[in-house]
Amino acid sequence: MSEMLFDIFEPGETPLPHAGDEVAVGIDLGTTNSVVAISRQGKPEVLRDDKGRAIIPSVVAYGRDDEVIVGHEARNLILDRPQDVVSSIKRLMGRGIEDIKAVAGQLPFEVDGDATGMVRLKVAGRTLSPVEISADILKAVRAQAEAALGKKVPKAVITVPAYFDDAARTATKDAARLAGIEVLRLVNEPTAAALAYGLDQGAEGLYAVYDLGGGTFDVSLLRMEKGVFQVKATGGDAALGGDDIDHMIAELFLAERGVTSLDAGRVKQALMTARVAKECLTSRSEGEWMLEFDGKVSKHALSRQTLEAMISPLVERTITICRQVLEDAAALPEDVKGVVLVGGSTRVPLVRKRVAALFGTEPLANINPDEVVAVGAAQQAEALTHGSDTLLLDVTPLSLGLETMGGIVEKVILRNTPIPAALAQEFTTYQDGQASMMIHVVQGERELVAQNRSLARFTLSGIPPMAAGAARIRVTFTVDADGLLTVSACETTTGVESQVQVKPSYGISEEEMAEMLKDSLEHAKDDMAARLLAEAKVDARRNLLAVRAALSHDSDLLSALEREGIDRAIATVETACEASDREAILASAEALETATKPFAEKRMDRGIRKALAGVSMDSLEKRVGE
Amino acid sequence: MDHFQRLGLMPGFDVDQGELERHYFGFQRRLHPDRFAARSAKEKLMSQQQAMALNEAYETLKDPLKRAAYLLKLKGRKADAEDGAKPADSALLMEQMEAREALMEADSAEQVQAILARTESDIAFAVDDLSQAFAAECLEGAAKLVMRLKYLMRLSDEARGRKSRMTRGTL
Repeated sequence: MSEMLFDIFEPGETPLPHAGDEVAVGIDLGTTNSVVAISRQGKPEVLRDDKGRAIIPSVVAYGRDDEVIVGHEARNLILDRPQDVVSSIKRLMGRGIEDIKAVAGQLPFEVDGDATGMVRLKVAGRTLSPVEISADILKAVRAQAEAALGKKVPKAVITVPAYFDDAARTATKDAARLAGIEVLRLVNEPTAAALAYGLDQGAEGLYAVYDLGGGTFDVSLLRMEKGVFQVKATGGDAALGGDDIDHMIAELFLAERGVTSLDAGRVKQALMTARVAKECLTSRSEGEWMLEFDGKVSKHALSRQTLEAMISPLVERTITICRQVLEDAAALPEDVKGVVLVGGSTRVPLVRKRVAALFGTEPLANINPDEVVAVGAAQQAEALTHGSDTLLLDVTPLSLGLETMGGIVEKVILRNTPIPAALAQEFTTYQDGQASMMIHVVQGERELVAQNRSLARFTLSGIPPMAAGAARIRVTFTVDADGLLTVSACETTTGVESQVQVKPSYGISEEEMAEMLKDSLEHAKDDMAARLLAEAKVDARRNLLAVRAALSHDSDLLSALEREGIDRAIATVETACEASDREAILASAEALETATKPFAEKRMDRGIRKALAGVSMDSLEKRVGE
Repeated sequence: MDHFQRLGLMPGFDVDQGELERHYFGFQRRLHPDRFAARSAKEKLMSQQQAMALNEAYETLKDPLKRAAYLLKLKGRKADAEDGAKPADSALLMEQMEAREALMEADSAEQVQAILARTESDIAFAVDDLSQAFAAECLEGAAKLVMRLKYLMRLSDEARGRKSRMTRGTL
């Protein structure tokens, strides 16, 4: 809790309190499939079910009586009970009804037309948000991990497409919370894959990760060097993936059959057949498939050549995005030492051919492309809980900005800025005596607000009367290490302030979240109060440990009076932790923090001076040596 | 703490990219939020602030234009490039208008490439000149060069964009 705990450690010896027994896994929450892995003593292992299967299809079937089935079994129900089964829900994470209108006709879901904010689906008589459905998948993933490990798995690194916007990232984190998982970090999928490859092969130099999953496409360029994975540029399309190939094939088959209008169930059946056809054509050059419904069987022949002609525009789109990313990183294709393939859709031969042609090198796929992201996530989970020598330095995929006069976007954080990042921009009022200012936060690369994604709106009010142009409104954008944005605004001449966790537009409100959590806890028969109390105690004890450690190193920075105050605060926390009053524990922890604040600042100064002194010496020696 | 101090570098326009990165990575290894994931919320926040400051310093110092503008600011002189109200000198404006016109009229990838190559060499010269201006503590000259560099960088961006659109056949 206190800044004094902040310490500067030598690389590789970051001490972590109570790290020993923590179990943290890596979860690849995919559009089509999910995978969970763990890394122990640097050795990653994919966690399988009792039948030895690593993959958990990201498919959920809802039945009567609160029945929820996830995975292989749910996928098998698609043909029998198509109306109860949801797949590819990831494509709707953080989406509003407006976003999906264009594609709604093709989606095998019935969408709730009245929904405001995030889209809702109507399944088996229920109305569910993508967050709740993803949470059901995560619960199943967690259960598979717990069964394989024989212990509780409360924490995880969860991967998201690099190109996921803020709304989709927030939705993913909400889903994890709903599933009872503490998210250690959201890590970008290509970055996780690079981590798995880099650590595995000791790769050095500039690498491209080409990740074509079920519903998303990402490409990242990373420099790997001595344990540092530095993302140079990233790009992608959050609505482009293997699903689109399935749709093309399904549409072809249905057209051949002469079907014009369809219900969601028939669409799902056709999509399943299409997927089988696509997978067959990765190894065979032609084949024939059948569609059977409404008492009619139709046969559909398809060759790889025809398929490739059909999907070629889609593959070219990914290649164009790769070129853009190279440009953003000021690199040429020949600078790239290797290309890593990720995602089941990279099994499509045309994809491999085009990627190899662009980069002039045969892509690497020696780690199973379905599992590589989960493996990298597991390695990062271990690094975050047990310390590590490697370091991931990632970037924001999309520019973040504000609406200004005339609906023009003023970018505050440009895409490919290293995160965490905080940048501020000053604006002013345009009317005399203007008392409030509307702040509209958008994400995207286009010039006009309407062409970008709207993330949130809030109002800075209470600006004292001033002439137009006299007020100084400083808007600060903060992107944390998970890629999540917070925006705050402040009138600097008077200090009037306003802050938002960017969430509302397409997210779930705090009230909705509380309601859902309550529901899920009731189902799990979990005791919320007990959990909160336990958390408060753990956090307070963790702080006590750190305070004591700090005192043992740097107590010389304290006056006798200061020391006495800290000792008293420590005693209060200890007493509070013995009892079961959460409020008292929180209050005592707060008091300890206040008591240690000046000490923390002095230690911070000392720490940084020490670190800087070390570096300057080091660089001085190098200069002398040169 | 200024960006140079933060990264343990001597303040000045000439920055060794290798040294800059070594220091940046070294500090991030110690201060990045990933090192504090299992710690308390306050510690996480502090580490985030440190990492943000390091990122900002790195982004500023690795780019010659940003570095020069920042250095001018440190020395108490606002770069003209940052001062929207002040017009650039007319010779520079004329030169850049002509270069832009040439770029718009270029209708083959080769022509665009020639403009791009020339602009990039102009950029290299401007960076050299900046180095000398700062070495001589000639801030007036450095401010002018920052302005020039800003125009040149924008021109090379446009040329690069136009070239890639041409080679992709979407123009």
